[in-house]
Amino acid sequence: MMNAQWNILVVDDEEITCESMAAWLREDGYSVDTASSGREGIEKARVKDYAIYFVDLKMPKGIDGIETMMEIKKIYPDASVVIITAYATVDTAISAMKEGALEYIVKPCNPQEISMLVGRIIKVKNLERENTILRQKLLGQYTFHDIISKNAKMMEIFSLVKEIASLRSTVLIQGESGTGKELVARAIHYSGDRTEKPFVAVSCAALAETLLESELFGHEKGAFTGAMSQKQGKFELADGGTILLDEIGDISPKLQLDLLRILQEKSFYRVGGSEELRVDVRVIAATHVDLLDAVQQGKFREDLFYRLNVINIHIPPLRARIEDIPLLTKGFIERLSHELGKNVSDISEGALKKLMEHPWPGNVRELENAIERAIVTCKERVLSENDFQFLNGGKKETRDRPALPAMKLEELEKEAIIAAIKRTEGNIKEAAVQLGIDRSTLYDKIKHYNIQR
Amino acid sequence: MSRLYLLPVGTPEDEVLGGLEQRLQQRLTWEIIRQVPLPMPVTAFNAVRNQYEALHVMRAVADVIPADAVRVLAVTEEDLSIPMLTFVFGQAQLSGRIALMSLARLRQEFYGMTPHPEILMTRAWKEALHELGHTFGLVHCPTASCLMALANDIQHVDGKEDDFCGGCALLFKDALHTVERTEEKEK
Repeated sequence: MMNAQWNILVVDDEEITCESMAAWLREDGYSVDTASSGREGIEKARVKDYAIYFVDLKMPKGIDGIETMMEIKKIYPDASVVIITAYATVDTAISAMKEGALEYIVKPCNPQEISMLVGRIIKVKNLERENTILRQKLLGQYTFHDIISKNAKMMEIFSLVKEIASLRSTVLIQGESGTGKELVARAIHYSGDRTEKPFVAVSCAALAETLLESELFGHEKGAFTGAMSQKQGKFELADGGTILLDEIGDISPKLQLDLLRILQEKSFYRVGGSEELRVDVRVIAATHVDLLDAVQQGKFREDLFYRLNVINIHIPPLRARIEDIPLLTKGFIERLSHELGKNVSDISEGALKKLMEHPWPGNVRELENAIERAIVTCKERVLSENDFQFLNGGKKETRDRPALPAMKLEELEKEAIIAAIKRTEGNIKEAAVQLGIDRSTLYDKIKHYNIQR
Repeated sequence: MSRLYLLPVGTPEDEVLGGLEQRLQQRLTWEIIRQVPLPMPVTAFNAVRNQYEALHVMRAVADVIPADAVRVLAVTEEDLSIPMLTFVFGQAQLSGRIALMSLARLRQEFYGMTPHPEILMTRAWKEALHELGHTFGLVHCPTASCLMALANDIQHVDGKEDDFCGGCALLFKDALHTVERTEEKEK
């Protein structure tokens, strides 16, 4: 009765073989479909994945069993295909196995033989399914609001997030780029009592000062050129919920003062407005810079720092939690493989070792991008070391490139032109190609910079 | 009262048919009707294997099913097979109306031994109820001693009890009631 969850496909051009085999397997509790040609079998496989494919080797009309199997394997590389034939020869057996058949049976065969074969395949399928469920459970155990980790420091953060989720206190999240500061901010919002209200994220580094001011506080009609109508700011939109001020370390002194007021008074004015607006917003600030250091250097207001730093969360960089790399990698493979419509389901030991040895300056985001890039180019089911060759290049490039001294753009251009001329031993045509400009432009620049050839 | 037709295909031993008829009567409390024998369909014979194709025989049986038959148990003396397998003890339509069984491999003499009517009857009863069980939607049971366990050789058949295990008995009873209620409603 437990077998009903497994589907079996019988592909044979003889209707009686298909039907009698299907009837026999149904008595065992399997759900069985039949196909009278290789093409029909492939079409059925496109619609449904079968636990076992029984495929007749010789089907005179259309494609034969081996071709059918190869097509099915293109759809499901792990498909368990059993080739059936009435003509037992060593050659066909070897050929079938070489092409990826799981088994090869000669009809008619003893009922016991086929029972054992089916039982063996289904046992493996059951174990695989169990393994997938257990892995998902394990991953679930280490997953907290889309953040995957089993690192002790991260576990402390998860506990802290749960504890502070329903408080109104401001939170300062610090961590390098790509460590998942926004995910932690979202976890705080969605673990607390504001979950039904909006979560609004603003990247303070992305906008110029005036635009950011208008973005945060809104503006009145005619407040500045281009303000054609009144606009609500992010603080108003986040009323009752949470606002994440990402890259808070990058905001101007004026905005620091405005923010201080909203944190102290819980009120603000729209740009160009005279009406004082009051909102109930929980503020979470995030930054990759050391804010205390910025305070000491006089770049960030000390009073604002203390207002924001009521609860401090410091997310460790990925290199400090390498035990998370296998979990994160498997989680990314599962999600991205599905999103990208690829059949990649695992990673080799060698490739995983390589990932664990990589320094990941871009942290979890860089790891995710690397997995995505590897999945896109991967031709197999399992990601191998070769799929991550680009990591060597990237590492070499960042490590070997010397830091440039502070210089003007014009000086940099002049240096680049001199270097190109030197490299090409005065060949202007070649130097222009290397610089990506045309020859006449290069002549103009040589003249402009007064470069000696 | 629901009707089960007992259909001889070819010339199965009369004593075995009589024994099955009696046991079915006790087990099902249905009306058991013995049908006129159906000649073994010639088209079902596979000369290379000297066996009859079970599916062809079942199709011939389907052609002679009386309209009021709730179930048909077809019994043949001939050895049955399907293209994929060297033999089958019987075959049935899962949740359908037809069950077919062969006495050939249930006989001691098939294995070079002295005929034994009692052993034959016990085996025939197990096979009859097993195939009928399939027509009531029961599939093979993982309990080795259960009548619904898959038997791939005669030792397996002998190793089984002559009745369902607790779980299969419940399923059989439920299915039987459902069929009986449906029958009553239709009448």
